[in-house]
Amino acid sequence: MLTIENLHVEVDGKAILKGLSLTVPAGEVHAIMGPNGSGKSTLSYVLAGKEGYVVTAGSIRIGDFDLLEMSVDERAQAGVFLAFQYPVEVPGVNNKVFLRHALNAKRKAAGQPELDAVSFIKLLNEKLALVGMSKELAGRELNSGYSGGEKKKNEILQMAMLDPKLAILDEIDSGLDIDALKAVAAGVNALRSPQRSMLLITHYQRLLDAIAPDHVHVLLDGRIVHAGGPELALELEERGYDWLRAA
Amino acid sequence: MVASPTPNPAKPSASRETIDAIAGQGYDAGFFTDIEADAAPPGLDESIVRFISAKKNEPEWLLAWRLQAFALWQKMDEPRWAHVDYPPVDFQAISYYSAPKALTSKKLEDLDPEERAQYDELMRTYERLGVPVNERGKLAGNEIGVAVDAVFDSVSVITTFKENLTRAGVIFCSLSEAVREHPELVRKHLGSVVPATDNYYAALNAAVFSDGSFVYIPKGVRCPMELSTYFRINAKGTGQFERTLIVAEDQSYVSYLEGCTAPRRDENQLHAAVVELVAHDDAEIKYSTVQNWYPGDAEGKGGIYNFVTKRGLCKGRGSKISWTQVETGSAITWKYPSCILKGDDSIGEFYSVALSNRRQQADTGTKMIHLGRNTRSTIVSKGISAGHGLQTYRGQVRIAKAAEGARNYTACDSLLIGSTCTADTVPYIEVANATASVEHEASTSRISEEQLFYLMQRGLSQEDAVSMIVNGFCKDVFRVLPMEFAVEAQKLLDVSLEGSVG
Ligand SMILES: Nc1ncnc2c1ncn2[C@@H]1O[C@H](COP(=O)(O)OP(=O)(O)OP(=O)(O)O)[C@@H](O)[C@H]1O
Ligand SMILES: [Mg+2]
Repeated sequence: MLTIENLHVEVDGKAILKGLSLTVPAGEVHAIMGPNGSGKSTLSYVLAGKEGYVVTAGSIRIGDFDLLEMSVDERAQAGVFLAFQYPVEVPGVNNKVFLRHALNAKRKAAGQPELDAVSFIKLLNEKLALVGMSKELAGRELNSGYSGGEKKKNEILQMAMLDPKLAILDEIDSGLDIDALKAVAAGVNALRSPQRSMLLITHYQRLLDAIAPDHVHVLLDGRIVHAGGPELALELEERGYDWLRAA
Repeated sequence: MVASPTPNPAKPSASRETIDAIAGQGYDAGFFTDIEADAAPPGLDESIVRFISAKKNEPEWLLAWRLQAFALWQKMDEPRWAHVDYPPVDFQAISYYSAPKALTSKKLEDLDPEERAQYDELMRTYERLGVPVNERGKLAGNEIGVAVDAVFDSVSVITTFKENLTRAGVIFCSLSEAVREHPELVRKHLGSVVPATDNYYAALNAAVFSDGSFVYIPKGVRCPMELSTYFRINAKGTGQFERTLIVAEDQSYVSYLEGCTAPRRDENQLHAAVVELVAHDDAEIKYSTVQNWYPGDAEGKGGIYNFVTKRGLCKGRGSKISWTQVETGSAITWKYPSCILKGDDSIGEFYSVALSNRRQQADTGTKMIHLGRNTRSTIVSKGISAGHGLQTYRGQVRIAKAAEGARNYTACDSLLIGSTCTADTVPYIEVANATASVEHEASTSRISEEQLFYLMQRGLSQEDAVSMIVNGFCKDVFRVLPMEFAVEAQKLLDVSLEGSVG
């Protein structure tokens, strides 16, 4: 379960999040919607521990972990996964080699033995099938030269491999064609689990048609200003955000 | 790197602090072996040249050769064209000869206890460095069959597996021994590829060279094991001036590896070596280097000046010479392993990874001189700069008029880590034959904060993230290293890069 209380965050001295509170119980999928520049990606970066995002007040906890006490890699090892809005290209680094290192770093932190090459490939093939990604693509240089949609699929593959406690998906639907959106949504749905909290950042109802959220929150000017069930997304699609600004 | 002015007070990047704490350390080979040495006093004049020659009981011709080189050197000026910056070397402050006293002409069993203790200490040095000087095969290197020549300051201390090699007809010994046992071979080839006239440091080396390795592979022989020389500078105030000569007769093959380390010291020490390779018809010489001389500290204090001339002559038709180097050490590197492609259809290759971290400066590259028809060369250079490192790739490709159909391919990539380092590429291309093809590709990239964040978000530590990117960058070179060397090279890069981020 993710619990954020009264979170205040500054970037380059500018306040971006201004008292954000949010709870996502394990097993639930919550959507975060909000206008451009409202602080959605900022929230995802702060959860991941990115440098430069200065927490001036508030707390973030996952289960027993106080995330603010942990470094980026420690948070990842503890089960925080961020599917990037813009996945980063890392030329020269083989995607599979990277995945194996990442998985083993996590296992090591949990006191588990490293996964041998055979078991790793077996697991990888399983997850490739789950997210509908080709072996060829999975074996290329990390995100390097991938199309926008391929990058997003690769994020879901990584999530499937790393089996996180908290998955934050930042606009996972942007840049996807209709079929790719279906495939990615199917992957995400398959990864819904009673042990996992998911935070779905999106602008569009069509993603929420494919991945039904348990709750929808509206992030506006650094705060959660409104929350509701799945029907709230439909209402937002119709009415936009202005009616909430006044509130 | 875009450092955040106000770091998250909570503890956003614990790894950064740890990295800072270990910065500047991580040179495992920095210890000193305390044994007695027989050394020449500091200073350089003709009497020192005679002293070294006398120490080795050299024949008259070799002394004459040295003296001629010395006379020449005295008239030359230190080269200053390389893109490196250092105060002038005081050649009179250096000792040109230092040999452990434990190395006498006595047999091992005849040593008195004191001598024996000194000898054991010397051998322990190599064990500590992981160099397999013990033939009985306890050390990993020996199980895979690597013959080692160990050079300690000015002398070779031991050469292993000589008998196995002799059976195959291969000569692998110290150059001093070769002068005694195979004078005709040495006389024929010494200075034939790198003459004393070649450059300032080649002339200096010819005058005062002390030891090094000699390899001779007879016609049609594939050398049954990897040969390697391990160079260790130990004594304070000395320079190391070794000379290596490898001759591969027709249709022969040899793979040779060299490794280098030195103690951590505040003073700079000079290493001015010469390596000459000769490959006859269809012969192949594969020469690999892992250079890890002490690089100096974070402020640029101490470290080795590595001023080296390495050149291979593809003399015969269809011969091949490949240089592979992983250069992580030295305060200053000035080195251009080259190939003269004289034989028709001969092949030259240069694969290099060079790292400049902290205050290290490297001006390194290669020369491919195409003289014969259909000669081919490949250059793959990977330069990594971090900290305040300064890195210059300097490469020459020359296609002579007669080199009908010659081809060169050059790929020259630089990777920058942080914002205080520098990388430059200086290619010289001369083509005098219209049928030749020369292809040059160059790139510069920087490890970004975004890349590190992405990799760390998946659970990798900052060190692992940097290491993964750097290893990916170097893979085209690691691929051609002998297996056990590739592993060592990767570890070495990791250690050398500690503290490069943050
Ligand atoms: N380094 C920075 N300096 C100043 N302002 C910044 C910086 N980084 C982000 N911001 C600002 O923070 C605000 C929130 O940005 P954020 O990326 O979190 O928005 P978002 O809700 O994800 O928007 P979108 O829907 O367009 O992805 C924006 O106004 C942005 O300009
Ligand atoms: Mg965003």
